[in-house]
Amino acid sequence: MIAFVIRRLVQSVFVMLAVAFVAFALFNYVGDPINNIVGQDTSLEDRERLRQELGLNDPFPVQFARFVGNAVRGEFGMSYQHARPVSHVILERLPATLELSFVAAALALLIGVPMGIYTGLHRHSALSQVFLTVSLIGVSLPTFLIGILLILIFAVLLGWLPSFGRGTTIAFGWWTTGLLTKEGIRALILPAVTLCLFQMTLIMRLVRAEMLEVLRTDYIKFARARGLPDRIVNFGHALKNTLVPVITITGLQLGSVIAFAVVTETVFSWPGVGLMFIQAVTAVDIPVMAAYLVLVAFFFVVINLVVDLLYYIVDPRLRIERAGAAHVG
Amino acid sequence: MTPLLEVSRLRVEFATRRGPLVAVDDISFTIAPGEVLGVVGESGAGKSLTGAAIIGLLEPPGRIAGGEIRLAGRRIDNLPPEEMRRIRGREIGAIFQDPLTSLNPLYTVGRQLVETIRVHSSLGGREAREHALQLLKEVGIPAAEQRIDQYPHQFSGGMRQRVVIALALAANPRLIIADEPTTALDVSIQAQIIALLKRLCREHGTSVMLVTHDMGVIAETADRVAVMYAGRIVEIGPVWEVVHAPQHPYTVGLMGSIPILGETRERLVQIEGAMPRLTAIPPGCPFNPRCPHVFDRCRSERPELVPAGASRAACWLHLGAERPVHA
Ligand SMILES: Nc1ncnc2c1ncn2[C@@H]1O[C@H](COP(=O)(O)OP(=O)(O)O)[C@@H](O)[C@H]1O
Ligand SMILES: [Mg+2]
Repeated sequence: MIAFVIRRLVQSVFVMLAVAFVAFALFNYVGDPINNIVGQDTSLEDRERLRQELGLNDPFPVQFARFVGNAVRGEFGMSYQHARPVSHVILERLPATLELSFVAAALALLIGVPMGIYTGLHRHSALSQVFLTVSLIGVSLPTFLIGILLILIFAVLLGWLPSFGRGTTIAFGWWTTGLLTKEGIRALILPAVTLCLFQMTLIMRLVRAEMLEVLRTDYIKFARARGLPDRIVNFGHALKNTLVPVITITGLQLGSVIAFAVVTETVFSWPGVGLMFIQAVTAVDIPVMAAYLVLVAFFFVVINLVVDLLYYIVDPRLRIERAGAAHVG
Repeated sequence: MTPLLEVSRLRVEFATRRGPLVAVDDISFTIAPGEVLGVVGESGAGKSLTGAAIIGLLEPPGRIAGGEIRLAGRRIDNLPPEEMRRIRGREIGAIFQDPLTSLNPLYTVGRQLVETIRVHSSLGGREAREHALQLLKEVGIPAAEQRIDQYPHQFSGGMRQRVVIALALAANPRLIIADEPTTALDVSIQAQIIALLKRLCREHGTSVMLVTHDMGVIAETADRVAVMYAGRIVEIGPVWEVVHAPQHPYTVGLMGSIPILGETRERLVQIEGAMPRLTAIPPGCPFNPRCPHVFDRCRSERPELVPAGASRAACWLHLGAERPVHA
């Protein structure tokens, strides 16, 4: 167990280093960083002095090491666009994205898993057919289109919900939340639904497929033959066996929910890091772009790690080391 | 003695687009309390479906299309699902073809035993665990106190099968349906498992319907044998008679290579030709295309089970004339 965690941690560090390298390359080789900092009228000597001061003449490995060292401390330099440290800009924007992503992921799980179980258990019912048909739409419509459609219906035509922004937020230190005010929650509904729809249908289809698979296994047949009630067979034995693949996909999906919040945030002008990234791209704000890259990679790595640990909790075949598997005839 | 299990004119069908496929065709047999009925026959003869029909676990589109199943006189083939559920495990236990995959990999064997015990009794958690431990000892799991908290993958095939037997016996059912309980196991372990099953069932007075390919196992274990062919029982009788004086030409072919007890355990020897598919069962006696004694009547009229020697056989050779058919 410990060895496994350490191995995974080391792997994660390498992944992060690779991403940091890309971000660093972006930072150094897309345009001249000095040009981005100083004005047109700065003399060549001044530029060279600044270059020396900023360490841009140092050998490549030294510069990269410095970049990584700063990144670890959350320092990504100054945003060209906002003229403030990138870390401040990100911290200010992060709560909006995390809140949106987690609400969307929670919705996707809370609705997708029960729908998957239902359609798996009642394969031929009319409601299952409805779920499956609707889910096809969810899978095939692009997110931005869903967002625009929802805005059209609920914001423009019906006027029930706001179509942009976060509504009213309450601050706790650096964290801001919209979950505690009515306006905040109303503003969250459309973007969260938009973001969760694809994940929800994916999770539903996955759970359904896994349920069908597991229900055919011998141990489910044997569980029924032992006279266990359907409730225990379906939810105790079958559901638990579908969890491993569901955890994997859900975990990976949470990563992509955070990453792809970019689209939803743009459609709904949601003031999160996704929108910040799009604005940074437009303004060629390289430090912000680099930081965003590293941040998203960091989320992916952390989520992957958590997913692997959950496997261990769910599946005893992984948990118990080989040596313990005594084979006595 | 009144039979414990009474199957009469049981018919199992699969609904298909081209009409129903009859997989078990009008079979009747009984099992007395404490009796072991062996069921043999080629793969696809309908042995497993018969077992599944008895415990009420036929999977759609399979269904019981006719006949009756009675347990201790009570009709059980048309019970509501919840009542049938209470019979499974408590009255009729089952052991399936592949014991290696019969246990849920995510739960300890103790947990699976305890949940089975608690579903069928009013025991509390601690007492149920006591009982589970006792069952594991009874089926010969060494160091049961430690093993009870282990997962199925930590057990070998033979040990897992012992756990499966413990689970099937957990609520002390009156009948066990064992469907090829040793087919998936090492030859060296098969005999131990059969001996264990036989001993436990004798001790508990449990009746057994033992489905197997292994004539050696049948000869050692069963009291009576039913021979199935293409969804029908073609011969049924006391084990010694069926093995040593088979009456149906198909049984004669089956017994062509009776293994010496305890030594080579061969699979059923192939009789010339193959069992017909469900879609192409010939009229009359289903065995007629392969039968060395076939005559006109066999091709047009279906034979019923009639007394033949000490057994009963479904063969026109036995109608009226007591002609033996030893090959
Ligand atoms: N779902 C199904 N649809 C159609 N035929 C089936 C189905 N399941 C089993 N059968 C047929 O039923 C027959 C009996 O099967 P089974 O009872 O498993 O045989 P056995 O256990 O004697 O080997 C076989 O011919 C098989 O092809
Ligand atoms: Mg079978």
